[in-house]
Formats: sequence, structure tokens, C-alpha cells
Amino acid sequence: MNFPILSSLILLPSIGALFLFFTKSNNEKNFTVKYVALFTSLVNFALSIYLWIFFDQTTSEFQFVEDRIWIENFINYKVGVDGISILFILLTTFITPLCIISVNSSIKNRLSEFLIAILIMESFMIGVFCSLDLVIFYLFFEAGLIPMFLIIGIWGGTRRVYSAFKFFLYTLLGSVLMLVAIISIYWITGTTDVIQLYDLGIDAKYQNLLWLAFFSSFAVKTPMWPVHTWLPDAHVEAPTAGSVLLAAILLKMAGYGFIRFSLGLFPIASDFFTPLIYALSVIAIIFTSLIALMQEDMKKLIAYSSVAHMGFVTLGIFTIQQQGIEGSIIQMISHGLVSAALFLCVGVVYDRMHSRLIDTYGGIVSIVPKYSVLFMLFTLAALGLPGTSGFIGEFLILMAAFKDNFLIAVLASLGVIIGAAYMLWLYKRVIFGKLINTELKKMVDLNKSEIIILISLAIPTLFFGFYPEPLINTIEVSISDLIETHNMKIVSK
Amino acid sequence: MEISIIALPLIASIISGFFGKFIGDRNSEIITSLLVSISAVFSCMVLYEVIQNQYEDNIIIATWINSGSLDVNWSMKIDALSAVMLVVVTSISALVHVYSIGYMSHDPHKPRFMAYLSLFTFAMLMLVTSDNFIQLFFGWEGVGLCSYFLIGFWFKKETANAAAIKAFVVNRVGDFGFALGIFLIFYLFGTVNYSEVFELIPTIKEKNLIFLGIEINAINLICLLLFIGAMGKSAQIFLHTWLPDAMEGPTPVSALIHAATMVTAGVFLVVRCSPIYEYSELALNIITIIGMSTAFFAASVALVQTDIKKIIAYSTCSQLGYMFFATGVGAYNVAMFHLFTHAFFKALLFLGSGSVIHAFKDEQNINNMGGVWKKLPYTYTLMVIGTLALTGFPFLSGFYSKDTIIEFAYLRGNTAGYYAAGIGIFTAFLTSIYSWRLMFKTFHGNFNNKNIKIEETHESPLVMLIPLIFLSIGAVFAGFVFKELFIGSYGLNSFWQDSIFFLKPLSTEHPPLWFLISTPTLVIISIPISYYLFLKNKDLPEQFIKINKPLYQFLLNKWYFDELYDFIFVKPSKKLGMFLWKFFDLRIIDGFGPDGISALIKKFSVKANKFQSGFIYQYAFVMLLGFSALLTYLIVK
Repeated sequence: MNFPILSSLILLPSIGALFLFFTKSNNEKNFTVKYVALFTSLVNFALSIYLWIFFDQTTSEFQFVEDRIWIENFINYKVGVDGISILFILLTTFITPLCIISVNSSIKNRLSEFLIAILIMESFMIGVFCSLDLVIFYLFFEAGLIPMFLIIGIWGGTRRVYSAFKFFLYTLLGSVLMLVAIISIYWITGTTDVIQLYDLGIDAKYQNLLWLAFFSSFAVKTPMWPVHTWLPDAHVEAPTAGSVLLAAILLKMAGYGFIRFSLGLFPIASDFFTPLIYALSVIAIIFTSLIALMQEDMKKLIAYSSVAHMGFVTLGIFTIQQQGIEGSIIQMISHGLVSAALFLCVGVVYDRMHSRLIDTYGGIVSIVPKYSVLFMLFTLAALGLPGTSGFIGEFLILMAAFKDNFLIAVLASLGVIIGAAYMLWLYKRVIFGKLINTELKKMVDLNKSEIIILISLAIPTLFFGFYPEPLINTIEVSISDLIETHNMKIVSK
Repeated sequence: MEISIIALPLIASIISGFFGKFIGDRNSEIITSLLVSISAVFSCMVLYEVIQNQYEDNIIIATWINSGSLDVNWSMKIDALSAVMLVVVTSISALVHVYSIGYMSHDPHKPRFMAYLSLFTFAMLMLVTSDNFIQLFFGWEGVGLCSYFLIGFWFKKETANAAAIKAFVVNRVGDFGFALGIFLIFYLFGTVNYSEVFELIPTIKEKNLIFLGIEINAINLICLLLFIGAMGKSAQIFLHTWLPDAMEGPTPVSALIHAATMVTAGVFLVVRCSPIYEYSELALNIITIIGMSTAFFAASVALVQTDIKKIIAYSTCSQLGYMFFATGVGAYNVAMFHLFTHAFFKALLFLGSGSVIHAFKDEQNINNMGGVWKKLPYTYTLMVIGTLALTGFPFLSGFYSKDTIIEFAYLRGNTAGYYAAGIGIFTAFLTSIYSWRLMFKTFHGNFNNKNIKIEETHESPLVMLIPLIFLSIGAVFAGFVFKELFIGSYGLNSFWQDSIFFLKPLSTEHPPLWFLISTPTLVIISIPISYYLFLKNKDLPEQFIKINKPLYQFLLNKWYFDELYDFIFVKPSKKLGMFLWKFFDLRIIDGFGPDGISALIKKFSVKANKFQSGFIYQYAFVMLLGFSALLTYLIVK
């Protein structure tokens, strides 16, 4: 394979963005800009499908590796994928075109700049998921902040500046420590190449500190309790497409980072800190679920539920078991689809009524029947109903957690009950009941592009709920290998 | 053919749900009813095969989850137990489908309703034919979902929405225990397939676990956790609160889901897991006590309720209690027998009450009815049959199944068993009283409705009556005909094969004669008693109420379970959520975190600004300070 497919995946959106940059866009030409962006992202999606088809599921080796010297003897531009990363690349290339379709008249000014931000972001995200050099990873990881910061700060709601800075402050603070850790790793081992580091291993005495440094960055991005408070604010102020990107992809960087770096590079420290992660995850699941119950703003509710869902993810990863990690990856993919869909669902009613408050709505089921059906489906997927992708992830995670610690599994399972309560209550208050607000009668049901977006999210949600084999097969070998090496390193200590 | 039993209802649901608008109301009604009926015919054929040839099969349809050592398939297990459930589910479902054509004739959302009914049938079939615990869980939550949809079917009613959410969430509490049970099974055995798990159970007989600080036998723990799930779904005491509220749904739903099929899933679960439960004396005793308490509690509440559907709902709750204590005393086959007969007469009673509600134009309070038995002759006759069967009037189906349960409780020979038998007899008496109270108040006495005239009440159309006639045939003959097959002449027989496991064979003795005749006698004499109390001398109950006001209030308010739960769980959860949000997140985390830091930086930068005053002597002074500090340091070092 000589064709540099991963670099193409990374570069293509940026080239599209460059193209947009030079396209003169005034309001009449809005559509052309959108089509250019959409076309770019669709080509990228096709490319990633191609990647998946030619991906060899039977090995845990990195595939499609490209290695170029950037700074002699220091940093190499090295990218590659294995079973752990490939699904995240697919998720990114799948969600981005949907995001671009969803951009509509609600973005009133600087449309082409908005699309540029989305495309650049796609480049960075794909970069994150396939970097095999710590420095390259760090660059992509941090660069991803910038477009998001701009999306919230420029196209956001009334408190956008506060939210954007809160978002930036939180995430940057964590990342600085990670940078220090990366530099230390270079000092200790003399390389930042991930594959080499996997083989070399890092001396046990450094692991705890390094682990904590990486943790501080990933915990903020996940977000884990108690560094989660930036997320609700960021979501509330972000435009719909921004929320979708944030929830579906940006949050997954941290989960991916935990598996790839925390588990992969610092096995002994990961083992040592597992109780910490368990405690924080369970607190996140229960506390934020309770908080979600009391929200009046739809976006905030879904944002808090995201924190709870990501709590399951971190819990699953650190069980360090086949079911747990597989469950976590499926949960992340599922959350990517479902939270994206839920934010789009909020976007749909927001575009019509310009309110995100739950009590603005009620009794709209017969006015917008198609919307109600799809919203119901995603509500059910969010509460983890069997037959949706949400169930598979949650169930596997809890199963693995139970093997390790009864109490943690019992507490985490409580979150599933509260989850059902807040999602169904949200749905009931928005969709069912008597129609009191007469303004709502003017609402129109989903238009064509909204239906396309939501159906494209609904299909994989249901399909993987009934048949998750394609996902599991892709990740299985890489994960069992990861666990095996992990256990070996623990024993050899 | 076997797979089409499951597939047809799903296809029916998809057609009616997604294409209902294009094919029209009538067509979706016909298609769903027809496909489910075909499924019912196939189920009967399967049961016949099982009876005749001991047919057993385990069909693997596809892989579902295959993660590490966990291997779960979409499957269809056919044995005596699932064959009986197949017949119960599909036949009652088919009759309810047909009945709904008449009952929902004025509703604007017929295709949606039919689609839900068929979808429910599909989920229930997935539940009963599973060969592993996770598919069982799929069906389990699936029927819960359909129940949620159907309870909240009239989405404009605030109460219906609340009831729907309550049903789902309370069931989730049960499912929480159920899921933990599955996790524990996987933890202990590394598999979730019935046959493998059941084989391995005897190997862990002596194994103890520390669970949440309590040391407990592993099998006991599995049984208790699974039973929490069963309690939720089958509305046993403590997790029963959703069932009476579920009556907000249309009546056909109550008949199908909340009487004949879904609520019996818990009983089915315990019977299916008999190879596990047989090794847990503790769990069996707890089941006996819970079942018996539910039977008594629900019957006591049913005595004073005035909503016709709620009375029947509590009655269902009570009868499910009987089924549980049958399993608790180890008589799994008798529990299945009662499940089977109960499906017919309870569905009959519900659909009959639907017919009455229809006749009174949506009136459900029995105090506002009365005197219409001549106007509704068919409904009346059919309801009488249902009532007789429910109360266990000799030689009707309830007589065979319920009385046998009480007998086996007695034969169990331990404290829990005797206790259960005693309460069982007393509850049978209460059952009879409240059932006849319902009948007399609904059909006899004076016409008490102020909204419509007696002339306006009318008998239901044929499409509603025919299913009732079928059910009444079941209510009369099911007990007599299937007695030999299900429970033989006391003891084991060949029908159940391996689907039910008995560690030690059931007792084949007979209880003493006085014991055998006590229940039927009480049941028979309760008819004149109720006649006297509720028709002849109506003042007597009134006076009784006056004297025992607190007791009456206690029963009327259903033992205050709802208020208690609201106080213990609902309100504190909301308050805690509010506290965590407003105080913890916003005040503490944000206050000390990002907001605090930025405020701090602002403060410091203001100070730093002041520092740059521009006066040379100030700068010189600071330099001097720094210099002397450095000097001191160097000297000391």
C-alpha cells in the first residue's frame, strides 16, 4: 500500500477549507459554499469506508503506517491505525457531513468561515485518532480546541464569550501538564514514537506522575466529574453543528486517549489509579444523572447526560477487560450517534421556536409526528434500551465492572434507572401532554434535509443494536492484545 | 414455521406502524389481526407437537453479541414451557387484536395502536423463546417499552403520561436487580446460556460471596437478584405501584399486557430458572412470602376501589401473587397452570369491563353504574362466567388451578407453606367478595348514571363479543381439559420434560378432606354474602366504613405506597439533583474553579497595575529590598 490514505484523510478537509477560503462568498452564493464543504466531507467519508474495508481485522499491528522525518532524531510525522482507532475515524468522517447538512439559515453571517472551521476541525480530529507520535498527537489534540473555541465564540448564543473562555481555560490547563509529560517521556526514553514506546516500556517509577499528567488533560476533555462544568455551558452557547461536533467527536478524543496512552504506556500506573477512576466515574454517573433530572434547558439536560454516559466509558476502560473496553468503545460510538442526534433534535425545535426551554413546548406530537417518532427513537437509545446501540455498550461495561467490583457495578446500574427517568420525562414534557402554547401550532414538521440527517443517524443506532458484530470484530483483536500486554507488564513488574 | 411465529407479529407491526397511513385504518387492522392469528395457529401446532412427540428444539437465528468470552445469540428455544407461553401469548393477542377493531373504532390513531399491539406480541415472544438471559432481557425491556407506549397511548391525558413513565421507571428498578443477576451469572459461569448455566449450578452449591458487605450463598444471591426483576414486571408488593396506574391505557391493552401476558413474565422467569431456584431454599421462602403478601394486600385494596378497571388490576396483582407462591413452594407446573387459566378468565374480565365501559360511554366508576344486566345480556353472561372462573367456583378453570396451589402450599409442610395456605384460603374468600361486589354494583341494583339514560346504554358489536366468547370457552374448560397435562394427578409427568426441574419430586399425598373443601365452600357462600352486603343491605358496608374510617382510608389509598415512595425516593432525588446542580456545580466547582481563578487573576492584575506607579524612588526601594534579601540568603548559606 503506497497510497498515503491516512494523510489524505487528514489533509482533504483542510484542502476543502482552503478552497472555501478563496471562494468569494456573498449571501447569494451560500449554497455553493455549503455544497463544496459537503462534497469534501463526503469524499472523505468514502475514503474512510475504503480504509475500513481494507483494514485487516485479524491483527493488532498498526496498519497503513506512514513515517516521515520531521525533525531529525526528534519528531517523526508518523500515522497509522489499529482496531482501537479506526472506528473513531469512521465516526468523525460520518458525523462531519451530517453536521454540514445541518447548517442552515440559523448561521446568519460568515457561513463560509463557519464551514471552514468545521472542516479544519475534521482534519485535526482524524489526526488525533491516527497519530503514532506523541508530539504529533499533542499538536492535533490541542489544535482541535481552536476551531471549537471559534465556533462557540463567534457563532454562539448570548453568553458565548464566557462559555468559550471557560471551555478554553479548562481544556488548556489540563493540556499543559500533558505537554510537560510528553517532554519528560522524551527525556526518559529518548523517543516519542508510540510503537517504540509500547515496546520499550516506561520505568515504573515515572509512571504515576506521567499518568496523572495525561489524566489531567483527558479528564477535562472527557469530561469527568468534577471538571465537567465547562460542558453544559459550552453546549448551551454553541450553535447546533458545534454542539454536535463537540458531543459526538471532541469528547471521544479523551476516551481514545485513555485507551491508547494511559493504558498502553502506563500499565502499572493505570492499575494503581483504577480505584480513582472508578470513584470519579460512578460519581459522574449518579450525580450528573440527578442534575440532568432537574434541568429546564434541553441542551443542558443532554449535556449533563453526556457526562453520565462518558462516566460509563471511563468506568469500562479501566476495568481492563475485554468486555469493558469493547463496551466503552461501542458506548463512545453509540454516544457519538445518539448525542449528535439529540442535539440535532433540539436544534430542530430551536430553529422553529427559538427556545431551548422545556416548558416552551408540550403537546406537539400531532403537529410534528415525524419529528416525534425520531426523537423517541433517540430518547430510547439514550436510555440504553436493548435493540439500540446504547444498550450493548452499557451492558458490556457493567458486566465487566461487576466482575471487578460489585459495589461499583451496583452504583453505576442505579444511573441506568435515573437515566430512564430524565430522558422519558424530557420527552413527555416536550412532545406529549396538552398543547398550551398556541404559538406551537405554527411549527412545521421535519424538512427533507433534517429527515436525511436523523435517519442516517437512526439506521446505525438500530443496526448496531441488533447486530454489533461489525464493530466488535473490528476492535476485538487489538483489544485482546492490549489487555494481554497489559497483564504481562503487570506480572513482570 | 417456528421462526415465523416470532416474525409475523414483527412484520405486522412494521406494516401497520410505518405504512398505516398508506394502506388505511381498516387494512392495517385486518393485516395485523390476520398475521398474529396465523402466528397463534402455528403456536398451537407447535404445542401439539410438543404434547404428542416431546418436540424440543433450539434454533439459532444469528449472532448478537460476541465479546471476549461472552457469546450471545438471537435464538428460539422450543420446549414444553415456551410452547405453553407461545400459545397463551399469541392466542390472547390475536383475540385482543380483533376486539380492538371494535373498541378503538372511534380513535383517530388506529394503525399506531395496532402496530404497538403487534410489536408487543413480538417482544413478548422474544422473551419466552430465548435460550439465554440477555435475549430474555431484550424481550423483558421490549415489552416494558410497548407497555409504556400503550399506557401513554392517549398522549393528551396528563395522568396517562405520568402512569406510562411510572410504569417504565418502576420496571427499571426491577430490571436493575435483574441485570445484576445476569452480571452475577456471567461472573460465576462465564456464560449466559440457560443450558450451560443450569448445568453448572450444582457445582457452586457451597460457594459464598461477599456482596455489599454481606456474606451470602452465590445461588441465593442469583435467585434473589433475578426475583427483584420478576417482582417489577409482575407487580409484586413494593414494586406493584405501576400496575393500577397502568389502567390509564385503553382496555384491550390492560387485558393483553397487564393481565394475560406481560405481567406473567416474572412467573415465567422463575419457572424457567427452576434449575437455579431449586437449590435455594432461602429464595423460595422469600418468594412464597412475597407472593402471599401480594395476594392478600392486593385483594384487600380491591375490596374498596371504585374504578372497575382498577379493581380488576388489583385482582391481577393478587392472582400473580398466587402464582409466585406456587413457585415458592416448588410447584412450578401448578404456577404455569394458573398462569394459563388466569390468562383466559382475566382477559375475559378485562375485555368484558371494556364492553361495559363502552356501553356507559367511558364511565369507569362502578358507583355510577348498575341495573343494566338486561340491557347487556351477552356482556353480563360472559362477565359472570369470568367471575366464577376467577373466584374458583367448582369445576371452572380457576377452581382447578388456584385450589391446587393452596393444596401444594399446605403439602410443602414448612412454616412458610402453612402460612401461605392459610392466607391463600382467606384471600380466595376476599377475591370472591370483591369480584361479586364488582358484578352486583355494575349490573344490578339501580341505574346510577347521571350523564346518560339507561336507554342509551347498548350492547357491544359482534367484533367485540366474539373474542369474549372464545375466552369464556377457555375460562370454563381450560382447567378441566388441561389439568392432566399440566399437573397430572399430583406430581411429575412427562409433559414438562426438562423444561421444569424438580430437585425432589413434588408430594403426591392428598391434603385432608376438610382442607380440600374449605376453599370451594367459602367461595360459594361468599356469593350470598356479597349479594346481601352490596345489594340488599347497602347500609351495612356504609356503617362498617364509618366505624373503621382509618382502615377504610388505608385501603382506599392503597396502603399509602405511592405517598411513601414519593416521600422517600422521588422528592429527595429531585432535591438532591437541584442541590448538586445549583450548589455543587455552580457554587463550589465553578466558584473555586474557572470563575474563581479568573476573578483572582483579575484582582492580581489590578494590583500589579498599581505597582507600576512610575515613581523612581518606589522602584529603587523594591530593588533595595530584593538586593538585601539575596544578600541575606547568600550569607546564611
